[in-house]
Amino acid sequence: MPEYVRVKTIMPPGHVRTPAYLRGKTGVIERALGPFSNPEQLAYGLPAEKQPLYRVRFTMAELWGTAAEHPTDTLDAEIYGHWLEKI
Amino acid sequence: MPHDHHDHSGLSPSGHPYRADNDTPLSYWQRMEIAVRELLIEKGHLSLAEVAAQIDAMDARSPANGAAVVARAWTDPAFKGRLLDNASQACRDMGFDIGPLHLIAVENTPQTHNMIVCTLCSCYPRNLLGLPPDWYKTREYRARAVREPRAVLREFGVALPDSTTIRVHDSTADMRYIVVPARPDGTDTMTQEQLAALVTRDSMIGTGLPRTP
Repeated sequence: MPEYVRVKTIMPPGHVRTPAYLRGKTGVIERALGPFSNPEQLAYGLPAEKQPLYRVRFTMAELWGTAAEHPTDTLDAEIYGHWLEKI
Repeated sequence: MPHDHHDHSGLSPSGHPYRADNDTPLSYWQRMEIAVRELLIEKGHLSLAEVAAQIDAMDARSPANGAAVVARAWTDPAFKGRLLDNASQACRDMGFDIGPLHLIAVENTPQTHNMIVCTLCSCYPRNLLGLPPDWYKTREYRARAVREPRAVLREFGVALPDSTTIRVHDSTADMRYIVVPARPDGTDTMTQEQLAALVTRDSMIGTGLPRTP
C-alpha cells in the first residue's frame, strides 16, 4: 500500500533542505532512511534533534502539471519527517 | 597596421574563448577560509602537511573507483544484491575508504533510467568518485535536470524511448547516489577489468551510457 504524503508549504527563514519546488506537492514514500540530525539546527552549530528521513517519489505530472515532459517520469528527493504530512 | 594580425572575435588562435584572469580581489568567504585555516594551523589544531594530505586524498579519488564497483555488480549477482541493498557497506567491503558517505545505488534496466542531481547545491558521492564535473554544479543543470530531464539527456547524446521511465534523484539531504548503468550487449566474455573501462563518469551520474566494446 503506497503511503501518500504532502510536503508542507511553510516558508521558514534560514537553512532548510526542502527545495521550494516540492513544497505543497504530494508523493509516496519510496523508503524510510532512518533518523538523521536536523540540518536546520546543524547548520548553525546548534544541538540538532534527530528527524526521520524519507525518500519521497513524485510524478513529473504532480510537479509540473501539463508542462511536464513525460508525466509518469519521477523525481525522488529526501525529505525530513517534520516537513511531511500524511494524507 | 598594428592590429591586422589578429581579429576581435574573442577567440584564441586555437579557437577557444579567452578566459578572464582571476586577479580580482578575494571575496568575503575566500578571506574567511584563509583566516580560519591559518588560525587552525597557528593554534596547532592541524598542520599544513595534513591539509595537503587531505587534498591529495581527495584528488586520488576518481570515477575509476565507481567503475570497479559497477563492473563487479555486472559480473557478481550476489554483490549487486548487496550494492542495491546497502551501497556504502558494499563499497567498504571492496576496500574503498569512503568515510561517512551514505550511498544509494540505483540500477538502470530496459524499463528505467536513473539520473542524479543536487538542486540545492552540488552534493555528489565525492568520497567514491572524486570531484564532480563543473557542469554538475551549474544552475542550468541543477534547474533543468528536474524540470526537463529528457531534453538534458538529449543534449548529452542520450535519446531514450517514451517507454523508458526516467527517475531523477535529487540529493537534497544526507544520501549520495550512484547509477549502476545497464551492462552493454556483447560483453559476455569480458573480464571485470575490461568491463570497468566501459564505465564512464557520466554513466554513473546517469547523463551518459557506458561505452560499447
